[in-house]
Amino acid sequence: MARNRRRTSEEKAPGAAPAGAAAGKGSGTAATAETATDAPLLEVCGVVRHFGMLAANDDVWLSLKAGEIHALLGENGAGKSTLVKIIYGVLRPDAGRLLLHGKPFHPASPAQARAAGIGMVFQHFSLFEPLTVAENIALALDDAHEMDALKQRILQVSEEYGLPLDPDAMVADLSVGERQRVEIVRCLLADPRIIILDEPTSVLTPQEAQALFATLKKLAAEGRGILYITHRLEEVREICDRATIMRHGRVVEEITPSEHSARQIARLMVGADVHAVEAPPPADLGVPALHVRDLTLPADGPFGTALFEVSLDVRIGEVVAIAGVAGNGQRALFAALSGERLAQNRGAVFIMGHDVSRLGINARRQAGAAFVPEERMGHAAVAEMTLAENLLLTRHAVDDGLVRHRFIDHDRVRATAQRVIDEYDVRNAAPGRMASALSGGNLQKFIMGRELDRRPKVLVVNQPTWGVDAGAAALIRQALIDLARHGAGVLVISQDLDEIFEVADRIAVISRGELSAARPASELTREDIGLMMAGAHEQRNGGDSRRTQA
Amino acid sequence: MMVLEKRPAPSAVWSIAAPLLALLVAVVLGGVLFAALGHPPLKALYIYFVEPLTSFWSIEELLVKATPLLLIGCGLALAYRANVWNIGAEGQLVMGAIAGSAIPILLPEWNDPLALVAMLALGMAGGAAYAAIPAMLKNRFNTNEILTSLMLVYVAGLFLDWLVRGPWRDPMGFNFPKSVAFEGWHLLPVISGRVHLGLVLAGVAVILLWLVLSHTRAGFAVRVQGTSAQAAQFAGFSARRITLGVMLFSGALAGLAGIGEVAGVIGHLQPSISPGYGFAAIIVAVLGRLSPAGVLLAALLLALTYLGGEAAQLALGMPAKVAQAFQGLLLFLILAAEVLVHYRVRWHRAGRQRGSTA
Repeated sequence: MARNRRRTSEEKAPGAAPAGAAAGKGSGTAATAETATDAPLLEVCGVVRHFGMLAANDDVWLSLKAGEIHALLGENGAGKSTLVKIIYGVLRPDAGRLLLHGKPFHPASPAQARAAGIGMVFQHFSLFEPLTVAENIALALDDAHEMDALKQRILQVSEEYGLPLDPDAMVADLSVGERQRVEIVRCLLADPRIIILDEPTSVLTPQEAQALFATLKKLAAEGRGILYITHRLEEVREICDRATIMRHGRVVEEITPSEHSARQIARLMVGADVHAVEAPPPADLGVPALHVRDLTLPADGPFGTALFEVSLDVRIGEVVAIAGVAGNGQRALFAALSGERLAQNRGAVFIMGHDVSRLGINARRQAGAAFVPEERMGHAAVAEMTLAENLLLTRHAVDDGLVRHRFIDHDRVRATAQRVIDEYDVRNAAPGRMASALSGGNLQKFIMGRELDRRPKVLVVNQPTWGVDAGAAALIRQALIDLARHGAGVLVISQDLDEIFEVADRIAVISRGELSAARPASELTREDIGLMMAGAHEQRNGGDSRRTQA
Repeated sequence: MMVLEKRPAPSAVWSIAAPLLALLVAVVLGGVLFAALGHPPLKALYIYFVEPLTSFWSIEELLVKATPLLLIGCGLALAYRANVWNIGAEGQLVMGAIAGSAIPILLPEWNDPLALVAMLALGMAGGAAYAAIPAMLKNRFNTNEILTSLMLVYVAGLFLDWLVRGPWRDPMGFNFPKSVAFEGWHLLPVISGRVHLGLVLAGVAVILLWLVLSHTRAGFAVRVQGTSAQAAQFAGFSARRITLGVMLFSGALAGLAGIGEVAGVIGHLQPSISPGYGFAAIIVAVLGRLSPAGVLLAALLLALTYLGGEAAQLALGMPAKVAQAFQGLLLFLILAAEVLVHYRVRWHRAGRQRGSTA
C-alpha cells in the first residue's frame, strides 16, 4: 500500500517540479493542495522521552506528508533535537510510537532508520578534511561501493538536484556551503523518502540559502517529505507548507506559516511577546575605542585561517558588526583582538589609544577591554566549576580586589557573582552552582553580565546569541546597544544577519581572512552583504570567486 | 545489554563512592589472590590489613612509611590537577636524596642545625631541578612528560648506584656499596621510635596543598588549566608557567621525601633507598581524588599495604612482590571505577527494540 502511494507521488513530480523550482511564496501552498489528500509518510504519536527529571518530549504528535516541507520550530531546549533523534533511531522513546507509511516503526539505530528510508543532514558536519568528497561519502555509506561508480552517482545526484560538487575535491578546500552540499548528496544517495535537515541555512550566505531552497522544493515535489528544523521565521514563511511549533517538550500549535506573520510565530514559540530591540541612533561618536591597523597573522594550524591586512575602527558610542560565513577567519580575528594570539609587530592593535599588539589578554583587559568568545563551554566558561569561579576566570587580573596579594577573596567573588546573576536575570543560578547546570541562554547571560559588570570601554563578542533562546537573545542584543550608547565601543562578530541588522550601526564583512571596509548599516541590504561574503572585496583573490554559486 | 550513558554532570556521590568501591573490590580480589597462593583468604586478609594496626610499634612503622607517600602524593596531586602527568617522582626522590647527602658526604665537618636545613633545602632543589627537565622538554619541544619523566627514573637510579659504588663509597665500609653513615645534625630529629621530623613536614605539605588549591590564584590557574586548556588561555594563564610550576612543586616534595628517607630512616646512601614510594604515591594522589584530605587517607592506606606485605611475608611466607601486585590491582580498579563518576550504567532488555522495521 505504501508502495502504491509512493508511485503516485512520483508520477506527480513532473507537474510539481516547475512550480517548486520557481522560488516564491505561492508555490508552497500549491504543493500542499496537491498532496494534502495523501496519508502521512510518517506519524509521531504521543511520544514521551525523559532525561532524568526533565521531560524533553512530552506527548508529542506530528505528521509528515509526502511532498511537503514541514518546519519544526521551537526555542533551544523545546525538544526538537530529541524528537528528531528518536525519528532517526539515535534515541528510543519512553512511551508513544512512530508510524512509517502507516505501520509501526521502532528504529534501534540510525542504520535501521536509513534502511527504512529516512535521511538526515546534521547542523555540524562530520567530514574528514584531508579526504576528498568521494572518499568522505564512501566512508559514510552502509555498504561497500566501487569508487568510480560512486563518483558517477555523486555527479549524477549533484546535477539532478542543483548541488554542484567535484567528487575529487579535498574537503579542506571547500567552503562551508559546499561542505553542506556534500552532506546533502551523501544523504540523497540512499534515496530517502524522508529527509530531516537541522538548521541548514545557519552557515549559508543569502544566495546559497536561496539555492538550497530550490533544491528542497524539487525534492518535495518528487513526493519526499522534508522535516526542516530552523529558528529563522522568514525562511519558514517562504518555503514551508506547514509548521509544528514546540515549547517545553510539547507541541503547542500546528500552523500554515504563510498565514501568520513572523511576529505571531515568534510569540507562539516563546509563549510571550518577544522584547523588541530598540536601537536609538548613536550620539556624536567619540574617539576610536578599538583601532586595528593592517593586522596580518599566519594561520595557526593546517585548517586555521590567516588574517590579511585587517583594518578596523570601533568608536565610543557605536556597535560595529562583522558578518561572514563560518570559518572565514572569525576565530582568528577574535583571538588576535583578545590577545590569545599576539600580533607579530607593534602598531597593529590599539585599545583606548594604548598599543596592545604585543600584550596578552589580561593587559588588554586592564586597558579597558572585555571579550566574549563563541564557545561557551571550555572557552568562555569551565563547565565543572561554579559560577563564582567562572566569574574569577576573566576578572582575577582586573583591579577590583577579587584577588589580593595572590590570595582569592572568596566572599567578594561570591558577592560579585550574585550581583551579576541578579542584574542580568540569570535564572536558576547561584554563585555556588556549576556552570554546567545552566541552560545555554542563562549561561550566556551570565558570561555577558560578567563582562558588562566591569563597565568595559571596548567589548568584543563573537556570536553573542549562538544557540540562545529568543527571549534571552533579545536581552543580550539590547545590552550590547545600551553598553555602546553609555560610552563604549562594541564589536559584534556574527553569522546571523537578522542579529546584525538588529544591533549594528556599521557592518563589515570577513571572508577568507580579509575584512571589508565597514559601511553604515542603513546603506546595506542583505544581498550586498551576501556578495561581500562571497569575497567581492578581497584583495588577494577577490572577483575570481572560487566558490561555485548555484 | 549494558549501556554506559554519559552523565550531564559528574556525580558527586560517585566521586566519593567510586574509590571506596574500588578498594572493596581490591580487597575481595586480594583474598582471591591469597587463596590462589594457597593461604586461607580471611586469615591472610587479617594479617595483611588488620594486624599491622594492633600494636603501637606497627602504627609507628605505618607513619614512617606514610611520610614519603604523603609528601610525594601532595606534589603529584597538584601536578595532576593541571593535567601534567609526572610519573617520575621515584627519580626525583633519588636525586633529592643525592643532592641532600652531598653535605654529610662532602662536608662532614659542617654538623649543626643549619647543615640539616641546608640538606633539606638541597634535597628539594635536587628533586625540583630533576623534575624541571621533563617540564622544559615539554614546554620547548612538546614532548610527552609521562615518557620523559618515567625514563629519567632509571637514569637517577643508575646514577645513585654509580655514586655509592664509586666516588661516594665509604672508604672504611669494607667495599660495601654504601656511603659513610650520617651522624648528629646530619640525621632528622626523631619524634617517636622511628618516626622522624619528616612526618611534620608531610603535615605541612598537606596544609600547603589545601591552601594553594583553595585560596590562591596559582591554585585556581592550575585547576582551570586541568579542566580546560582553552579557558585557561582565555583567563590569561600561561600553560608553560603552570607546567613548569607544578613540576617544580612535585619534584621538590619528592626530593624532600628522598632526603627524608636517607637522613631519617636509613642513615646513609645505598643503591636502593625506596621500595617504590614514588610510584605508590601516584596511587595515593589518584585514590585521594587529588584533594588534600583524600591524599592523607590514601597515604595511610598505601602505607598499610607495604606493612601488610611485610607481615604476610613473615607470617605466611608470601612473596615480597605481593604488596606491589596488590598496589597495581588497586590502581587499576580505581581507574576503572572512575568511569562511574562520569557515566551512568543502564540496563536495556535486549530484544525490545529489535525487529519491527521490516
